[in-house]
Amino acid sequence: MSKVHPYLPNSVPEVKERMMKEMGISSIAELYSDIPEDLVYKGKLNIPGPMAEAEVKEHVSGLLEMNASLLCPPFMGGGVWPHHVPSVVDEVVHRAEFLTSYTPYQPEISQGILQSIFEYQSHVCELVGMEVANSSLYDWGSAVGEAALMSSRVNRRTSILVPDLMSPSRLSVLRTYAEPAGLAVEKVGHDGETGLMDLEELKEKVGGDTSAVYVENPSYLGFMEENAEAIGEIAHGKGASYIVGVDPTSLGVLKAPGEYGADIVCGEGQPLGNHMSYGGPLLGIFACKHDNSYIRQMPGRIIGITETLKDQRRAFVMTLQTREQHIRREKATSNICSNQALCAVAAGVYLGLLGPQGMRQLGETILARSRYAQRKISGLPEVEAPIFSSQHFKEFTVRFQGKTLKQVEKTLHARRIQAGIPLKGQFPRIGETSLMCVTEVHSKVHIDALVSALKEALE
Amino acid sequence: MRFRQADWSEPLIFELGSEGRVGYQLPGLEPGVRGKADPDSLVPASLRRSEDPGLPEVSEIQVLRHYMHLSQMNYGVNSGLIYPLGSCTMKYNPVVNEVLAAHPKILGVHPMQSEDSTQGILGLLFNLKRYFLDITGMDDATLQPAAGAHGEWTGIMLMRAYHKDRGELGKRTEVIIPDSAHGTNPASAHMAGFKTVEIPSGPDGCVDLDALNAAVGPQTAGLMLTNPNTIGVFENQISEISGAVHDAGGLMYYDGANLNAIMGWCRPGDMGFDIIHSNLHKTFSTPHGGGGPGSGPVGVKEALAEYLPIPGIAERGGRFRLDWDKPKSIGKVHGFHGNVNVALKAYTYMVAMGGEGLKESSELAVLNANYVARKLSKVKGYELTYDPGKPRKHEAVLSASPMLNDTGVSALYVSKKLLDYGLHAPTTYFPMIVPEALMIEPTESEPVEALDAFIEAMTEISRLAYSNPEEVLSAPHNTAVTKLDEAKAAHPKTICLSWRRFCALLRDGE
Repeated sequence: MSKVHPYLPNSVPEVKERMMKEMGISSIAELYSDIPEDLVYKGKLNIPGPMAEAEVKEHVSGLLEMNASLLCPPFMGGGVWPHHVPSVVDEVVHRAEFLTSYTPYQPEISQGILQSIFEYQSHVCELVGMEVANSSLYDWGSAVGEAALMSSRVNRRTSILVPDLMSPSRLSVLRTYAEPAGLAVEKVGHDGETGLMDLEELKEKVGGDTSAVYVENPSYLGFMEENAEAIGEIAHGKGASYIVGVDPTSLGVLKAPGEYGADIVCGEGQPLGNHMSYGGPLLGIFACKHDNSYIRQMPGRIIGITETLKDQRRAFVMTLQTREQHIRREKATSNICSNQALCAVAAGVYLGLLGPQGMRQLGETILARSRYAQRKISGLPEVEAPIFSSQHFKEFTVRFQGKTLKQVEKTLHARRIQAGIPLKGQFPRIGETSLMCVTEVHSKVHIDALVSALKEALE
Repeated sequence: MRFRQADWSEPLIFELGSEGRVGYQLPGLEPGVRGKADPDSLVPASLRRSEDPGLPEVSEIQVLRHYMHLSQMNYGVNSGLIYPLGSCTMKYNPVVNEVLAAHPKILGVHPMQSEDSTQGILGLLFNLKRYFLDITGMDDATLQPAAGAHGEWTGIMLMRAYHKDRGELGKRTEVIIPDSAHGTNPASAHMAGFKTVEIPSGPDGCVDLDALNAAVGPQTAGLMLTNPNTIGVFENQISEISGAVHDAGGLMYYDGANLNAIMGWCRPGDMGFDIIHSNLHKTFSTPHGGGGPGSGPVGVKEALAEYLPIPGIAERGGRFRLDWDKPKSIGKVHGFHGNVNVALKAYTYMVAMGGEGLKESSELAVLNANYVARKLSKVKGYELTYDPGKPRKHEAVLSASPMLNDTGVSALYVSKKLLDYGLHAPTTYFPMIVPEALMIEPTESEPVEALDAFIEAMTEISRLAYSNPEEVLSAPHNTAVTKLDEAKAAHPKTICLSWRRFCALLRDGE
């Protein structure tokens, strides 16, 4: 390359020469002389560039501009949801001291990120009603996978029961995690009227080999699992642990899982101050009760309180590292090291901003807006919304009788509206049904636009 | 060199709260949105929250300042002079990456939107995958894994699927791993259901072919290897190694945590590797965010492509779509498409560098590592173990054993003292085959002036160790806090992982 690249300070020919001279070499190729000749790549990397910053901006934003402009935020959830991200959150996570730091291996110079993550763990504990949380996992799906593995390490049992209406994507991730460990994943059916887990079937299926019972609350299809406490009791009655998956935006109005018997709580923290970004990065929430047999089996990085040796000042440090791969290697509780730390910081800032009032208002606003949309949509001809009689939080099912989803979507897309996850491929018996999502970002104008587009589609 | 990190003695945010304060306001409901129903009745009684969560009540400016203070008590590539954390590749994270990653047409995109509405990001990911394949010499890849270790596990799951499909999983139960490997290797292999067999490194720090031949056999599922390896040396018998593993019917797994030395010079695919993961947050300049999010794409040779996670991204006639038709796929490893926003930054970096620029950045990373290694190996107390005459690649591992023996100053204290100079420490005590290891990876981002400053600081520490070791052993002084009691943090009686627990311990007088 003839030009000096701004990212490569030592590409200045005189600098390079001087360094090589001091090292007693005459070319950089000498430093590659140990690579066998037949392995040296003779071709050129076929990657466009180098581009100057202005060109990079034009090129990449040009690509992104090919993503459609929407009339309003998508009416879609299912594990990633549109929520407003307060400006302070973005401001904090763009601080280079956080953004460009590594895992805090040197705690004395990394108190900022350590305390921030400790606070995130603390916020999570308050929301879910636990005393222990880790610094994050990759996403809700991987958190369920790790929760199942952890439960089987704690009680040495070999199967996990899940709702048959569980998110298919999380179920797929769970199965990928469980299979090599020899952990069976079995579905429990639901009540056809309410969608709630079938308690009789659960009682039949839970047994001495059941390591854990898992529920999602609110469920993937948006309804609230009102028998959550009874399910936990059934699990505990057979010595199984109880894992609850949550959407944390519900926890200003919904009871903390710790209050109804959960041993392990997982969930998706993306809605807490993290943008959707086409589905990643996400934030796997993972918490458990303060019980040493659980704590010792936790996956992932954990920040704890300690003191300085010299003058006993409060400080923070990564702790319980003897569980982790760099020390325990194949005996580690998980292989995870890099996690979603900065997303956890974002969630901490978000929860700090909202506080208890904000979380309650968030939950109430979502409930009201979602309910408004349900009322309006269910008023359309040949539409059922939602298909289950239970109360719903922010997502709800919409079943179309006279039209196919494809026909409906065509009209919506023409109006620049993206709404609903098609469920037919995920649950074959469910029919022409779509999973809609309404949050605090959807104003009355947005919802009315959706309803009017649906009306047009159904005509 | 004078450095003093901020020390705000910052309270926990829970200690800043005061009843009634709010840091954020939600938009109110328009007339008509709230129905006639009592808001309370929208939640079943059995699930209604009776008490608000115990979150702090703070104003916006308090939250902002709190985190500004905390950020000043942290240290990143952009704050420091150098961040030579070996195996972590703390190179410059270009600011333009962040600007583009904050584009509203990525931040606001939902992963279940129609393909027609997401052609931009699908195309970007498709091309990123192509460039990744070109750099690594593989045939197909997935971008789904969210971090390096996640990619490793995904890669070994692919190995598992491959043997299972051939009816050989029952007998191929072992994954061979050199003793110099990252700890994630055995942990990932274990999570994928394999037994691990550790083989010792040879006197040159490379794979010992005799040990490998003794370990490999019909029970071998594969070998996991880092090349250049963790002491920074290129495994020049790699073709023989691959041959031995392939002859036994095993697969070769490349821990490409780090490609930073070899881009454009050689490709894992040409060395005989069948599966590779790479950390975008290392070689491809995406920031590490104090512990993530990263991204760990996995590349494979043709024979393994059918097992890759669903969905893949396919292209036909300039139109991109998600490909779910993979009946032999291992399934999903992430809820959606992985850490897309991170992938976007890596793409941005790749085109800013271009193919030639990436090759030059590898060369300069190697030049910088060897420059530091050669100079420091001449400083009293440090030595370059394992064939010091051999060139290093992106990193070099020094041992502080001579210093420890002579003065009582260990690698731990060398690293703590470096912090006092406003430099980050190298990786310490890894790889385990080097006693008192100081694993140094300067990256191509550092100007020679920063390298010289680092060498100067390391030299000064050596001088102090041999003249006044107490000054080193009491470090650090200039960081926000001094040395910590790490045992207390993990003690069953005092362990405290949340504010809730902290309050409970206070009540109990602990």
